[in-house]
Amino acid sequence: MNILEIKNLHKAFGSNVVLKNISMSVSKGEVVSIIGPSGSGKSTLLRCATTLEVPDSGEIKYFDDFLIRTENEKTVYADKDVLKKIRHHFGLVFQNFNLFPHLSVMRNITEAPIIVDGKSKKQAESEAMELLKKMGLSDKADAYPCELSGGQQQRVSIARALALNPKILFFDEPTSALDPELTGDILRVIRELAKEHMTMVIVTHEIDFALHVSDRVVFMADGYIVEEGAPEDVINNPSNERTKSFLSRLQK
Amino acid sequence: MSFSAVTLRLLDGFQATLFIFFVTLFASLPLGMVITACSMSKFKPLHWLTRTFVWIIRGTPLMLQVIVVFFGPGLIFDVQMRSRMTAVLVAFIINYATYFSEIYRGGIESIPIGQHEAGQVLGMSKRQIFFRIVLPQVIKRIVPPMGNEIITLVKDTSLANIIAVIELVMAAKTIVSNEHIIWPLFYIGVFYLLFCGVLTILFNFIEKKLNYYKG
Ligand SMILES: Nc1ncnc2c1ncn2[C@@H]1O[C@H](COP(=O)(O)OP(=O)(O)O)[C@@H](O)[C@H]1O
Ligand SMILES: [Mg+2]
Repeated sequence: MNILEIKNLHKAFGSNVVLKNISMSVSKGEVVSIIGPSGSGKSTLLRCATTLEVPDSGEIKYFDDFLIRTENEKTVYADKDVLKKIRHHFGLVFQNFNLFPHLSVMRNITEAPIIVDGKSKKQAESEAMELLKKMGLSDKADAYPCELSGGQQQRVSIARALALNPKILFFDEPTSALDPELTGDILRVIRELAKEHMTMVIVTHEIDFALHVSDRVVFMADGYIVEEGAPEDVINNPSNERTKSFLSRLQK
Repeated sequence: MSFSAVTLRLLDGFQATLFIFFVTLFASLPLGMVITACSMSKFKPLHWLTRTFVWIIRGTPLMLQVIVVFFGPGLIFDVQMRSRMTAVLVAFIINYATYFSEIYRGGIESIPIGQHEAGQVLGMSKRQIFFRIVLPQVIKRIVPPMGNEIITLVKDTSLANIIAVIELVMAAKTIVSNEHIIWPLFYIGVFYLLFCGVLTILFNFIEKKLNYYKG
C-alpha cells in the first residue's frame, strides 16, 4: 500500500525552477533516503510534501487524500479540512530542530497531542514519557531545550513528531546541524525506528547510513530525480554519471 | 513658601502626571496591538496607510502632536478642544500606541519562521501557533524595549505643560517663578527619579521571571 504518492511535481521560485517532474512513491514500512548535492531541491521536495511550500503543479497524495492534483489541466489544492487530515498523516523533523524554546521538553512533546488531538494531559504525558525513555532522555522531561545538547534537542524533536503517531516521518538532514560525535545518537534512533517498520523519508548526506538503513535510495540533482533504486545499486554501483561524481566527491 | 506647602502644590501636579501616565499606558498598550495588526496586514492599502501613519507619528515631535491636537480642531473644524487634558491624552495615546506597535511588530517578526513551521506540521491552527508558540516568546523579547519606552513616558508627561496642563514640571515652574526659589526643581527631579526607579525594579523583576529559558 502506498502511503505517499507524488506525480509530476513542479515547483519554481520565480524563474528558478527547483523541482522538475518529480515522481516517487513510498509504501508502508519503507525507508527511503534522498541524497544529492546541495541546492538540488531535496528540502523543497520535503517542504512541498509537508505543506510548508505550495507546489505549482502535479500531484501529491497521502492514502486517498490529495494535497494537490491536476483536474482538467487545472491545479487543485486541498481544502482546509483535507489539509488538516493530511497534516495528521505525516511528521517532519527539521535540520535545526525548531523546538519551542519557551516550553519544557515534556510540553514540547505534549502540546500538539493535547491541543490538536484533544488528548488528556495525563494520557499525553504518559505517552511522552514512553517516547523520552525510548530516546534515552527520561531524565530531561522538565528541562528546557536551551539546556540540552544539539543531539538531545534533535531526539526531543523526533519524540515530538512521533507523539502524533504519524504514518510517515520525514527527516530533512537531521544530523547536519550536529557535531560529528553527536550524529551517531540520531542515526541510532532512526535505525531503531526502521526496525519497528516506521515509514520514513530521510534527506541525508550520511551515505553509509543511507546504504545500511534504507530500502531505497533516491538521487536528486538540479531538481530531477536522476537515479533511484536499491541502496547497493545506487550507492555502490551507480549508473548515472552525476551520481558517480557526487558519490566520489563525498567519499573523498 | 514652606516645604510642606510646596509639597502639597507639587503633589497636585504629580497627580496630573500620574493620570497622564496611567491613562496613556493602559490605552496605548492595547491600541498598539491594533496598529500592529494593521501594520502587518496582508491587505496592502491598509498596510501602507498604517506605515505612513507610523512614519508621521515617529518622525515628528510629540510636543508638536500635542499642539496640533489641541489647536487643530478649533482652527480646522471650528470646534474648540474643550479640555486641555483631553488633548494631551489623545496625542499621548496615539503617539505611544504607535511606538508600542513597532515594538510588538519587531518582536513578532523576530520569532524565527521555523517556529511557525514546526507548529504547522504538528497540525496547529494559525491561532494556536500565534497564541501558544509565538506570543509567549514575543513577550519575553519585548519586555526590555517596552520598559525603556514606558520609562520615557514618565518623563514625556512633562510635555503636557506646552498647552498649560498643570503637571509636575508646570507646578514647580510656577512656584519657582512666583516665589523666586530654585529647590522645587530639584525636588521634582526626585519625584521622577523615584517613579522611574520603581518602574526599573518592576521591569527587572519581570525580566527575571521570564528568564527561565534563554532566547
Ligand atoms: N523560499 C525560497 N525562495 C527562493 N528560492 C528558494 C527557496 N527555497 C529554496 N530555494 C532555492 O531552491 C533551490 C533548491 O533548494 P533546496 O530545496 O533547499 O535544496 P537542497 O535541500 O537540496 O539543498 C536552491 O536554488 C534554493 O536557492
Ligand atoms: Mg536542504
